[in-house]
Amino acid sequence: MIECSHLSTGYGKYTILEDLSVTFEKGKLTGIVGVNGCGKSTLLKTILGILPATSGEILLDGTPLSAMSRPQISQKLAYLAQGKGIPDMTVFQMVLHGRFPHLHYPQTYSDHDRELARQALERVGIPHLAEESLTKLSGGMRQTAHIAMALAQNTDYILLDEPTTFLDVGHQLALLTLLRSLAQEGKGILAVMHDLPLAFAYSDEIVLMDGKRVIAKTAPAALASSPLLRETFGVTLRHLTKENRYFIET
Amino acid sequence: MKHLFKNKIAYCYLSATLFLFFAGILGILVGSTRVDLWELFSKGAPSETTLRILVYVRLPRVLGSLFCGAALAISGAVIQGVLSNPLASPSLIGVNAGAGLAVTLCSAFGLLSGWSLSMSAFLGAFGAAMLVSLGAKAWGASRGTVILMGVALNALLGAVSDTIITFSPEISITNSHFKVGDFSGVTYPRLLPVAIIILVSMLILFTLSNALDVLTLGELNAQGLGMNTAAMRVIFLLLAALLAGSAVSLAGLLSFVGLLVPHAVRKLASPAACHLLPLSALFGGGFVTLCDTLARVAFAPYELPVGIIMAFLGAPFFLMILIRRKGGYAHD
Repeated sequence: MIECSHLSTGYGKYTILEDLSVTFEKGKLTGIVGVNGCGKSTLLKTILGILPATSGEILLDGTPLSAMSRPQISQKLAYLAQGKGIPDMTVFQMVLHGRFPHLHYPQTYSDHDRELARQALERVGIPHLAEESLTKLSGGMRQTAHIAMALAQNTDYILLDEPTTFLDVGHQLALLTLLRSLAQEGKGILAVMHDLPLAFAYSDEIVLMDGKRVIAKTAPAALASSPLLRETFGVTLRHLTKENRYFIET
Repeated sequence: MKHLFKNKIAYCYLSATLFLFFAGILGILVGSTRVDLWELFSKGAPSETTLRILVYVRLPRVLGSLFCGAALAISGAVIQGVLSNPLASPSLIGVNAGAGLAVTLCSAFGLLSGWSLSMSAFLGAFGAAMLVSLGAKAWGASRGTVILMGVALNALLGAVSDTIITFSPEISITNSHFKVGDFSGVTYPRLLPVAIIILVSMLILFTLSNALDVLTLGELNAQGLGMNTAAMRVIFLLLAALLAGSAVSLAGLLSFVGLLVPHAVRKLASPAACHLLPLSALFGGGFVTLCDTLARVAFAPYELPVGIIMAFLGAPFFLMILIRRKGGYAHD
């Protein structure tokens, strides 16, 4: 479990998160939603230790984040950043770099690392693209390769910052189905998302952020028609229970 | 597919090694005094004159060009990786000019030993590399802007060097060759510290090739993989500066090797640093040695500084890259 208690952080004199408390469990896909600039990406970076907390505490499966080294954190948490560049390497080479946090100097990959990278590619269904250059893949396939890299990292949690941005609808659905199945296999998936109907349809829980803190953490269906959602976004969602689909209502 | 890839890489290593070997042999045998291989091996010991030419003139010169070529090519590959900018190279972003200024300062103050020249050149190169890297990060500069920052830095450092030379006329005699790059003054005492620094830096970099690749995944992704990116950037720039600085302290401001060779290796073999770095070293060493041999024999008995030959080859290559990218870097 990832436990954030009374967390505050920011950039210089700008406070982005203030006295934020929330927990994330394994085996669940948690969608993090909120308006632009509410601190969703900052929350992920703070949990990863990339951005230091100015106050409060984060526990990773009971261990304080402050007591862990950067590689130790990356052995527990994988991260897919927003708006990644396109590295000039093959899919397999990038997926293999998922094993980087597990290396010690002189930082060479073992046969075991290569085997885990191959398994990760098979798990996401793109073993045939292993030797393809990332520069020649579509955005959807590149994102799938990034998920494979996170799987090769072999962590309990995967944190994703807007993973469906710039993807067409087909690739968005395929990616969220994959994330959902990874959550069902026991991984904790934390995904910052902007598309409310998609986030609500695929998440086990929704974390709603506003005013520098988490204002709700609940099942999607319960939040869909909540006044909190209307206060935050100016809309509510209509839930078609049978199909588990959500539609925006203004 | 994978088998083909492995074969391709193996062929690249084989051709690079053969290229380096033949460039070295050619560099030793060819020059204003021709050394006949047959004479060398069939008549027992060569004449004393021939032996002295080979051991005290040709060999240090060839070794110098091999080491400097390898160093500048690797330095270019590393700087391109750290700045995520395929147009960056030690000569374009001001790293060589930083080293050049330091060497000019040393010459002005009479510090001419191999070690003091190498170490001050390293400091000058490192200072310039850090300036560009920190500036690029602080201002969120695009790839094109980083190159323009390098152009400005090159001009500024060059102006400071020229000012020093104006007030110290005794160093201006050697300065014209230094500015374009030249191996005619390489001696063993000057070569030894440079070779040691280059060899050690290269070996360390070979062990960090995976880290260099991870850095090219982008700042946040690299941090997500447990890397302290700020520290690694400094380490890489430090090693790149050691390589470029050492080469400049020995041969002057050689241009284009750091740009041309890594580009060719990426295209021919693989962009993965584990292959890019060693292959750049092999091709870079061979390329500079071949250019130096050409510089010695093209207008024999007159000798051109090697930098002129390299600029003739490198400048069109640089233009070709820009044209093929169709100006894409201006906007990214």
